[in-house]
Amino acid sequence: MALVVNGQAIETDEEGYLANRSDWTEQVATEMAKIDNASLEPNHWEVINFLREYYEEYQIAPAVRVLTKAIGKKLGPDKGNSKYLYELFPYGPAKQACKYAGLPKPTGCV
Amino acid sequence: MGDFQTPPLRAYPVIPPIEVGAMAHSKPFTAKPDQQQALGFPGTLVENWEQVAVDRLGTLVAKSRALQVFLDSCVKCGACTDKCHYYLGTSDPKNMPVARQDLLRQVYRRYYTFAGRYFPKLVGAKDMTKEVLDDWYSYFHQCSQCRRCSVYCPYGIDTAEISMAGRDILDTVGIGQKYSNEIIGKVYTVGNNLGLPKPALRDTLDGLEEDVKDETGVDVRFPLDIKGADVLLITPSADFFAEPHIDGLIGYAKVFHAAGISWTLSSYASEAANFSIFIGSHSNMQKVAMRIREAALDLGVKRIVVGECGHAWRVAYSFWNTLIGPFDFLDRNYPIPQHICEMSHDLIKRGAITLDKDANDDKIVTFHDSCNVSRASRMGDVPGGQFIIPRAVINASVNKFYDMAPQTIHEHTFCCGGGGGLLTDDLIELRVKGAQPRMQALQHVVEEYGVNYLAAICAICKTQFSKVLPYYHFERDMIGSVHALVSKAIRLGAVNE
Repeated sequence: MALVVNGQAIETDEEGYLANRSDWTEQVATEMAKIDNASLEPNHWEVINFLREYYEEYQIAPAVRVLTKAIGKKLGPDKGNSKYLYELFPYGPAKQACKYAGLPKPTGCV
Repeated sequence: MGDFQTPPLRAYPVIPPIEVGAMAHSKPFTAKPDQQQALGFPGTLVENWEQVAVDRLGTLVAKSRALQVFLDSCVKCGACTDKCHYYLGTSDPKNMPVARQDLLRQVYRRYYTFAGRYFPKLVGAKDMTKEVLDDWYSYFHQCSQCRRCSVYCPYGIDTAEISMAGRDILDTVGIGQKYSNEIIGKVYTVGNNLGLPKPALRDTLDGLEEDVKDETGVDVRFPLDIKGADVLLITPSADFFAEPHIDGLIGYAKVFHAAGISWTLSSYASEAANFSIFIGSHSNMQKVAMRIREAALDLGVKRIVVGECGHAWRVAYSFWNTLIGPFDFLDRNYPIPQHICEMSHDLIKRGAITLDKDANDDKIVTFHDSCNVSRASRMGDVPGGQFIIPRAVINASVNKFYDMAPQTIHEHTFCCGGGGGLLTDDLIELRVKGAQPRMQALQHVVEEYGVNYLAAICAICKTQFSKVLPYYHFERDMIGSVHALVSKAIRLGAVNE
């Protein structure tokens, strides 16, 4: 899949996830969202930044429950649920948000 | 949602007219060389793959009398043709079980039968060509190995065994499926399908302890790697990670707590799933399962209980004893292994846990029998226990329960559409279409009884339904765990009254 940022091609897998996590920049995330016809608002960034911090510490994306709890604390209890996350990331919060955050796709029965 | 049409739901089931090649384009991503090699397979298509494939087929047939009988005995009676959910949802005639079997049978006949060697055209025998290999890759990944067709076959031919053999041969020549093979590799390196390392698992479990404390005021523990615990719980890693699965895990923990059973999870064997069965690889299946035996011995547990996971229960119930047994170190007063539903059912019967059904009065529930539980295992000590026990647990937890149509439940159950290693985004068209028969049965109980909760005991079913329900205009959160119902109804003592 072609991902070009600042005239530079960035390697991704078949589904658009970064091949190298170190290639990630905020601009990469913005370009990935453009491919899906989405634009990233401050609330998207709250999720993306939390995912990146969590990954840095644990080498895996957080469980959906951990994510909703953290977002609820930051953005208010009405937003701390998976329904709200689906509104932000309609292709599924775990997968779409991980992609924009430059993390590998969660595997398994998820 | 995707560039394909979601099949319509009808008032009654209709067998669709065939559309040749309707799903010929459907094929999953192939595994990368390192993902192949981690499982002991060649990284890419080997040079003399025709010969390797034919030889491997010969080996498999020689090793498995069952496979040989399945390939020899079909009389083309047609009883299976309208039984596969993928045929009913896609109209592609190669998704009729007999046609799927014939993909392998035609090559078997050509090289391993007298008639096929000398008069191939007369008996539909075919050479091992690239076209045949591509067809295998496409259509053996359009079978969820659910075994519904085998229930109706007068000879008991099991298409699952044939598609497993087909995938085994594909791996042997160097073309594996990315989804399954990447996942099996993660079990070897990290211990579970997700790649969830111990610190992340502990953090997640700590969060759940907090949540349950907030909800109930009770300190319910989620123990990890506790030596000397009585019970080792083996559950799919999706139970730690995904929605709605995690509510089931909370339910198991509450049951252990309320019954006063000491239990633990293992960070080494933090996965019940065993995707090696989907690719037909006995050696990988044993290697994945062995982690569970090792963890049980290391922790010194007396019992092993298996959480809500369909194919894991098949592997546990039907294969563990010969694969990683004997389990002479476990307590024989309990089933070895024991399903979480068996455990809860037994505790309910003995009055060891108390449930308040009224807590679930906002729900009108139906139950989706998972294929591997229904057609490849049992629970309890009576025939059909795998149908009776989960329903008994539900009925002890809710006031309003209605079954779907009889030809779509118990041993006749329809696959969710995502089983057998097909639960991947690159097969979403197949998954949506294959869910049509189940969605149609669901529609009836929704219209008739107002059902708003579809209970299941399989991680694949839960993820598949939360993905495909919206395509059929149902709410995504209709799907939930059986033990999420238990979780809501269970009384945890005075504090919770």
